[in-house]
Formats: sequence, C-alpha cells, structure tokens
Amino acid sequence: MSQQTVTRGEQAPPGSPPEPRPRRGDGVPHANNFSRGFLVKLVLVGVIDAIGVFGLLTAISQQSWGIAGFLALALVVTNYVYFSKRALPAKYLLPGLVFLLVYVIYTACYTGYVAFTNYGDGHNSTKDDAIEQILAQNEQRVEGSEAYPLTVVQQDGELGFAIVRDGEAVVGTAEQPLEPVEGATVDGGKVTAVPGWDVLGFADVAQQQAEVVALRVPVSDEAADGSIRTQDASTGYVYESILEYDPVADTMTNTQTGVVYTPNDHGSFVAEDGTALTPGWKVTVGFENFTKAFDDPRLRGPFVEIFVWTFVFAFFSVLLSFALGLFLAVVFNDPRVRARRLLRALLILPYAVPAFLSAIVWKGLLNSSFGWINQVLLGGADIGWLTDPTLAKLSVLGVNLWLGFPYMFIVCTGALQSIPTDVLESARMDGAGAWRTHRSIILPLLMVSVAPLLVASFAFNFNNFQLIYMLTGGGPNFVGTPIIIGHTDILISMVYSVAFESGLKQYGFASALSILIFLIVGVISWLGFRRARRLEEL
Amino acid sequence: MRRSIPALAAALGLALTMSACSSDSPSDNETTEPTAAATTEAPALTGTLTMWVDETRIDVMKPIVEEFTTETGVKVDLVQKASGDIRTDFVAQVPTGQGPDVIIGAHDWTGEFVNNGVVAPVQLGDKAAGFATSAIQAFTFDGNLYGTPYAIENIALVRNNALVPETKATTFDELIAEGKAAGTKYPVLIQQGDAGDAYHLYPLQTSFGAPIFTQEADGSYTNQLGLGGTNGENFAKYLQKLGQDKVLDPAIGGDQAKEAFENGESPYIVTGPWYTTEFTSKGMDITVLPVPSAGGSEAQPFVGVQGAFISAKSANPVLANEFVVNFLSTEKVQTELYQAGGRLPALTASAELVDDPVLAGFNAAGATGAPMPSIPEMGAMWQFWGTTEVQIISGQAADPVAAWNTMVANMQDAIDNPSS
Repeated sequence: MSQQTVTRGEQAPPGSPPEPRPRRGDGVPHANNFSRGFLVKLVLVGVIDAIGVFGLLTAISQQSWGIAGFLALALVVTNYVYFSKRALPAKYLLPGLVFLLVYVIYTACYTGYVAFTNYGDGHNSTKDDAIEQILAQNEQRVEGSEAYPLTVVQQDGELGFAIVRDGEAVVGTAEQPLEPVEGATVDGGKVTAVPGWDVLGFADVAQQQAEVVALRVPVSDEAADGSIRTQDASTGYVYESILEYDPVADTMTNTQTGVVYTPNDHGSFVAEDGTALTPGWKVTVGFENFTKAFDDPRLRGPFVEIFVWTFVFAFFSVLLSFALGLFLAVVFNDPRVRARRLLRALLILPYAVPAFLSAIVWKGLLNSSFGWINQVLLGGADIGWLTDPTLAKLSVLGVNLWLGFPYMFIVCTGALQSIPTDVLESARMDGAGAWRTHRSIILPLLMVSVAPLLVASFAFNFNNFQLIYMLTGGGPNFVGTPIIIGHTDILISMVYSVAFESGLKQYGFASALSILIFLIVGVISWLGFRRARRLEEL
Repeated sequence: MRRSIPALAAALGLALTMSACSSDSPSDNETTEPTAAATTEAPALTGTLTMWVDETRIDVMKPIVEEFTTETGVKVDLVQKASGDIRTDFVAQVPTGQGPDVIIGAHDWTGEFVNNGVVAPVQLGDKAAGFATSAIQAFTFDGNLYGTPYAIENIALVRNNALVPETKATTFDELIAEGKAAGTKYPVLIQQGDAGDAYHLYPLQTSFGAPIFTQEADGSYTNQLGLGGTNGENFAKYLQKLGQDKVLDPAIGGDQAKEAFENGESPYIVTGPWYTTEFTSKGMDITVLPVPSAGGSEAQPFVGVQGAFISAKSANPVLANEFVVNFLSTEKVQTELYQAGGRLPALTASAELVDDPVLAGFNAAGATGAPMPSIPEMGAMWQFWGTTEVQIISGQAADPVAAWNTMVANMQDAIDNPSS
C-alpha cells in the first residue's frame, strides 16, 4: 500500500502544489489510501474482529474470564499488528504464534497443572461446590411427613410459603416460622390468596427460581422440627439436615450421630474413623500422581512387559514399514517398470484411508469366526488372529505395516529421486555392482534425509493409541492381573485403561503418566536426532 | 493480502476453539427448539430449560418435550449428544456451569453422578408409590432418589417360532438339546465379543445363586460381592463347558448374534427389546420367554431403567422439577413414552395397559430381576467380569475355578482401593 502511495505522489500533476512526499511509516492515515488490497484487509480483519468480539461476549456472559482476557488481548494485538506499519515480521508470525499458544503451550501447561492435582471422579470441582452438594445430598425429607400443596407468596420483596396445615392456612418466611393467617382463601387444599401477600404464579416463580428453591421456612421455633422446602414451587415437604457445615471451624457435623468430619489434604471431609463424605473437591497433591505409578504393586508387574512391548512395537513398526517402503520405492524407481505412476498411486491408497477406519475394518477382517481372512482366504479356518496373545501382536504389527509403508514409500521415492545421477554414474565407472552401489552410495545418501523421519515415525508409533484402541483394545487381556490390561497394550493405551476404563476416571494420574511417557519419547527422539545429524556430516 | 488468510484462519480457529471450550453453543449440536406456544396464559414466563439426550433416546423424547412446552409454556432446548460422550461431558461440564438442566439417561449412571456431585436429589413424594419398586430402587443412591424413571428393560430368551414352535425345556441344558435338535447352525445365541459380556450371561450366573453383590431383604445391594464361593465356581465350570461345546463363542458379538438370528441360524437368542423391535419389524414371528435355569435357582436378568436427572447446578430448578417430577411422572406421558419407545413403562398404571405380547414376555422374564448396581466402581467390575468370562470360554484360562477366584479377589481389591 505504501508503494501505491508513493506512486500517487510521484504522478501528481506538476502544476499543483507539491504534495509532501510520503515516507514509510510517517503517519499518513491509512484511511486515506483506499487501495483494493487495503479494503480486503479491512474486511478480513473486520471479520476476525467480529468473530473475536462474539467470542468475547460469549465468554463474558459465561463468566469465563481467562478466555475473555485472552480474546481481548488477541484482538488488540491482531489489530495493532495488521494496521501498524512497524510490525512487518509480526504480520507473518502472529497466526503461527497464536496457534502455538492455544494448541501447544496452553494444553501442555494445563496437562502439567492437572498432573499435580487429584482431578478426577469424586474430585471434580471446587470446595464450595462440594460443600453445597454434600449438604444437598444430606438434607432429607422427614420420614412419614406430609406432602403439602404449596403456594409461593411475596411481601415487600420477601418470599414466603403458604400451606394448609391441619385445616388452617399458615404462612412463613425464612425468618418467620409458619404462622396461621386470617382471611386466607383456600381452594382444594391449596392456598390461593393471602391478605397482605402477593401470590406468585408459575411465571413469577420462574423469574426467581434460585431463591424459591433455596428458601427454607421453619416449621416451628424449634429448629429440630425441620423446615418446609419445595423443588417445584407447587408441593412442599418437611426436610431436616443431617449434616451441618460450620464455616468457622471448616467442619461438617452429623446432627444425628455427632460425628465430626474435617477436611483432609486430599480434598475430602473425613471422619476420625476414615469414612469420607462424597463428593470431594480438587486440590493439588504434589508429586503423588508421579510416585503412584511406581508405588502401586498392581501396576509394577505388567508395566515391565508393556514397556518392553511398546519398544518392540514401535521399533518393528518403523523397521518393517521402512524396509517394505524402501524396497518398493527402489523397485518402482526403476525406469523398466511399466505403468509406474499408476502402481505408485495404488500403493499410496492405504495412506489415504483414515487410520482408525482401517483399524476397524481390519478388526472385522481378522475376526476368528466371521472374518474374511479365516472364512474366505483360509477356507473356514479357526485362527484367533486377535485372541491369541502372540498372533495378536503379529496382527497389530501387520496392520501397522499396512498403514505405515505408503508413507515410507513416498519418502524413499522422493529421497531416491534426489540422489544426483553423477554420483551413481561414477560408482558404476569405478566398477561397483548394483548391490555395492545400494549399500555404499544410495543407502547412506538416503539416510541423510530419511533418518530424522524414522526417528519421528518411532516417536509417533510409540504413542500410536488409535491403532491399538481400535484394533484390539489392548486385548487379549492378561489372565488374572489386578488391572485390566492386555498383551497388545502399549504404554499410552495402558494409561488410558488404568486412568479411565478401570471405573473411576483419574485425570490427574493420567496427566502425570502421559508426562512420564513424554519424557521417555523426548529422550529417545533427542538421542535419535543427534545420531541423525551425525549422518548428515558424512 | 495473502497474509491475512492465515490470520483469518487463526482467528476463526481460535474463536471456534474458545467458544467450543467456553460454551456448548447450540450450533455445535443438532438443536430442536420447539416453537414457543402462544403464551397468553403465562405472558411473563422466561427461562429456557436445556435438556441433554443421546441419539438413542431423542426420537422418543422429542414429542414429549414439545407437549411439555405446549402445556406449560416453558421453552425446552433439546440438545442431542453422542451416547458415548453424554455421561462424561455431563460430569465434566456441570461444575463449570455449562451443563444442561436435565439429562435423560440410564439408572446405572447414578453412582458416578452422585460421587461427582453433579445431580440434585428429586422428591417424588407420594408419586413414588405408583412406580415399579425396582425402578425407584434403581435411581436411589445412599437413600436419596436422583431421577424419575420412565422405562424398564431387561433381557430374556427370544424364540424364532418358525424354527421351534414350542419350548418344553425347563433347564438350559435341555434348551441347548432342543436347539441342537432344530438342526440349525447354533443351538442358542448369547452375544459375547472379545471383551466378554457379563450382562448377557448374568441370567445364567444368577441361576447358580451367584449374584454380583449380595442383596438385602428389600432387594437393594450390599457392597459384599456375591459371586464368589462354591456357587460362583460352579458357574465358572459351566462356562468352560459351554465354551468347549461351542455354545458360547467370543467371536459372536452383538451384531453377529443379531444377524445370525435374523438369518434363521438359531432358534433361540438371549437379548433385549432393542433387538426384538427389529426382529418384529422384519416380520419374524417371535416369542419372549424367561431364560431357563442352568444351575437350579431362578435365572434373573439385570434390569435397566431409563429416566431423567436434574443437574445440581441447574439455573432453572423449578422448571426442571416441573418437567422431571410433575410432568414425566404422569400416566399420560409414561404411556406415550411406551408407545413411542417400545419399552415397559416404569409407572405401574401405564405398565398395566401394555398388551404387546413381546413386552409382556420381557416383563415376565424380568419380574424378579434386580437393577444393575450403579456404584462408581461398576466400570471396573464389568471389565474384570467380562474379561474373565471370555478367557474361560475361549480356553485361555485353563482352570476356570482359579480364574474365577482371581477375578473375585481383583474385584474386591478394586472396591477396597478405588483410587488406583
């Protein structure tokens, strides 16, 4: 845009008073330069702003202050960057940075935070929520008490309940226990009018639902008699609280047995005998989630076996798919093969189908009684491809080979074609045979570009959750282990079954385990990349 | 101008992510907002009730919800959730204030919901007496009722009358013999799958006198495992025998069992009303019978109950109670739900009107059945249970008694140390 401004300045007719020659960033208002590009930018940033403001308003209405703050900041930065002339590099970097912040840094930090909490089933929310819920769950209808048709009434902004007790109309509020009123109209057991009080209809009640449901009208001056409450604003019951919360001492007391529950450092109210009230709340628990992975004797035994299998699985997945991909790439790189393009395209097909879908299809194909492989290919054989421990491992590797070789094929084909022909030619002139050329020239040159990808592929397969989950679900399960994991489970799918499928969901524990796995993968990848870099120096 | 495109994409993605995180915006889900009825009677009525329902129940609930709106003037935002996510999403979102007011679901969610403090107790008052005892029991947890039941379902033995017109068998062994005499590929189908299926084997297990938990006199469960001991061991041995005879096969999952039965490959299948509606709509002539006893005692299936819960953090508690407690519990609504959904109504008055022989058969088969336990540890129980059963059936666990006892020990361990 500034270029066009310059042009206009230069083309000014000589007779007119000379316009000051605009310079880059000298503060000529952009709005004066309605070039087409600027208009497009204006519209696009306007759209972004509109979406951002919509998100901002939604966040504010939901009281998600963190998100609201981030959106506001992001909007300000976006507008500054794209309308300022100074922030040229930022114009290119900003989208990437925003994505990095949201999808990588935020999720990583949040996982890190959750790993140090006991977030999970039973510790789902804040302490205030937990107290409220414990009290709600322990407020019970007085046994054998009557159900009263109830009317919600209001006087000077104060809510009250009107019911018919022993044939007479009584009215009470939170402060004032139920008392008889004179001159109330009763229709069919229900109070319909009280002098001095406004009777609230359903629509009026709907305006102040929270207040109506929270209202407790004492039955008498004795607190032990309980109080009237309603949940639907039309029927009232006498309730009594079994637990009472003392905000000063921060304890729960059972009014019937006198047992006192005190909060512990794991986010639960616990009595002296160890019984805990549910729900608890979310607290930070330090490194407990990390040490639990090593302390629990139930995890220790199968852990080693799964640890080893994870390495075997990742290693052989990479090795097999690379070997097959390389072989095919070499074969189809030979100009003597006819219809190379078509064959290459066909070979890439498995790569075009989503992996989880392929896994499900393979699961069906490998079913021992109904699967196509046993039924059609092997003429009705009864081979437990997915139910025999060893065969299941082979099946997993086989299916992953099917999923993985097209990638290696593409990569190797590309790398082969980039090897300069003069190198090969000089090898031939030096009298090297085909095998020798492959081993000493092609492979080393290939590895320079492919080795980092092999490391990345290893890291990917190390955490290849979708394949295991969709194909075998980790099964066949170990016989008699105290946690349900199976012969084909890898570390990440073991985390899933321990933290989620074993009944109680434990987000904190799962986060801690996934951080541990990240460390393992990180170290391996770092070592791998270091070696790969050494290859480059050849 | 090209550089604005990634920026736009960034902002779009960002905004979508944020709004997806921050709110369950209606555009994410298929939303039905019944047109507000003429609100002449209640002009000031505001507030919209948000209700979550999964794809298996939405068709049944939609007309009921519209009727509720017409009757009360309360607008209902019926949100369809995926059945695999609805339960987890509810537990995760209620504490943040993003959850719905009402959720429609199965009774065995109760324990998890209560344990996480995401549902409010409901007070049915005198209406509770009008419901089937097992239905009320199912939604009761620690002495409180947490939902209004509307439908009951259980499994039973379903017979293909075209293959076997009459069942004389009084024991499961006789039934297998009868099935074999019919000359079909399978004598009787009980779905299993690779991970096992303890639910469909439960009638056989109870016929050995080995329920999952021991029961109180009133039918409610204690937290004492009941499947151990000699009775359980006998059942384990019986399972091994059925596996060796190829009566049970881990390769037969739900889909395979249904298909085989529809193709006339077996005269009998143990299944529930979710498949029989498909059988009858395909024109099959079927009869529903109780599962014959295998171990001498009565074969009792698990009873599953459908119902509605109220969120603990509902912003519209009165409207939610109006729907769940006062509207859903009426005979008219329960009858309509039965007509639309083909499940036995939980309200006794509506259940008495049921004249469908198939449903009546299921009702008779489940008459003595107890509701599935809903304790939070049930997830672990199902896993140990199904895995061990399938290992016994497939022969992977060569010693059924030892495998069964290990399973009981592991289950007890999971109950005693739930936090790992």
